[in-house]
Amino acid sequence: MGRVIVAASLGQVAGGGAASVHSEVEVSPSMPPAGTAAAVRRRIPGEEGIWVFVLVDMTVFALFFATFMYSRGHNHQAFATDHASLSVVLGTVNTLLLLTSSLVVAIAVQHVLSGRHRHVPMLFGAALACGLGFIAVKALEWSHLLMAGKSLVGSEYFSYYFVFTGVHLLHVVLGVAVLSGLIVLSRRPTLSGRQIMICEAGGIFWHMVDLLWVVLFALFYLIR
Amino acid sequence: MTATRRITTVWLGLLALTFASFLVGVEQGAGLESVAAIVIVGVALFKVRLIGVHFMDLRVAPRALRLIFEGYVLAVFIALTVIDLTIS
Repeated sequence: MGRVIVAASLGQVAGGGAASVHSEVEVSPSMPPAGTAAAVRRRIPGEEGIWVFVLVDMTVFALFFATFMYSRGHNHQAFATDHASLSVVLGTVNTLLLLTSSLVVAIAVQHVLSGRHRHVPMLFGAALACGLGFIAVKALEWSHLLMAGKSLVGSEYFSYYFVFTGVHLLHVVLGVAVLSGLIVLSRRPTLSGRQIMICEAGGIFWHMVDLLWVVLFALFYLIR
Repeated sequence: MTATRRITTVWLGLLALTFASFLVGVEQGAGLESVAAIVIVGVALFKVRLIGVHFMDLRVAPRALRLIFEGYVLAVFIALTVIDLTIS
């Protein structure tokens, strides 16, 4: 039923200098069941450490989300009034930038895993450009709000807005630095097993930056 | 389906969901803010799940890791929905 996922990592060598080859094939039910025993070979994307970091960070943001919703429930009218000052269009543009950057990073990581990383620096570069675009739009948005008298103090809604989007923006800046490092790394003619893992872990971090924004966008820009 | 085609299809779905929730956000009528909020939060967390499963490659991860992620998505949705419905 459905599709069988085959994901195999080959060529593990001790000492971190492995030439790791990863192949991914999605087999339809009509295909012969060759290698079924080896199918669905599960693995941790990236490595354990990045998942600990990502899940802890996501938990902290979950507390942010719950705190915001709780305060919104108690000050619904004030939150709805302040919400009207935000530009949904700019928030949507930033969402599209991060979703697109995530797509490009995911494609880049698939290329790295399959050993075809010739175009990977260009793909990471495209994601980096999207990240810089996000920062530029956010700077524009913040400057408009500050000039309109909205700031960290004076309104509970905008206190949340500037703190949460500010903390997220720090993640974006860190992600841009990570992507810069991945561009340099992926320009090498060959990648070791550890370098492949670093590319995948960096991609997971960038996807986390994206998914946190997806929820922030919904809370601040869409709901009243 | 190749991996690139699959994740590109997911990306198109994410764009469609963003557009749909944008419309819900813009068109939500007075008195229906709570319902609209639950729909918008639900769509956002479904997008989070898509990003986790397909972009972060959790579909090939050990079941425990995938369960933790999916449990997070479900727990955040339930928590935000309960807060939205009960706090006023």
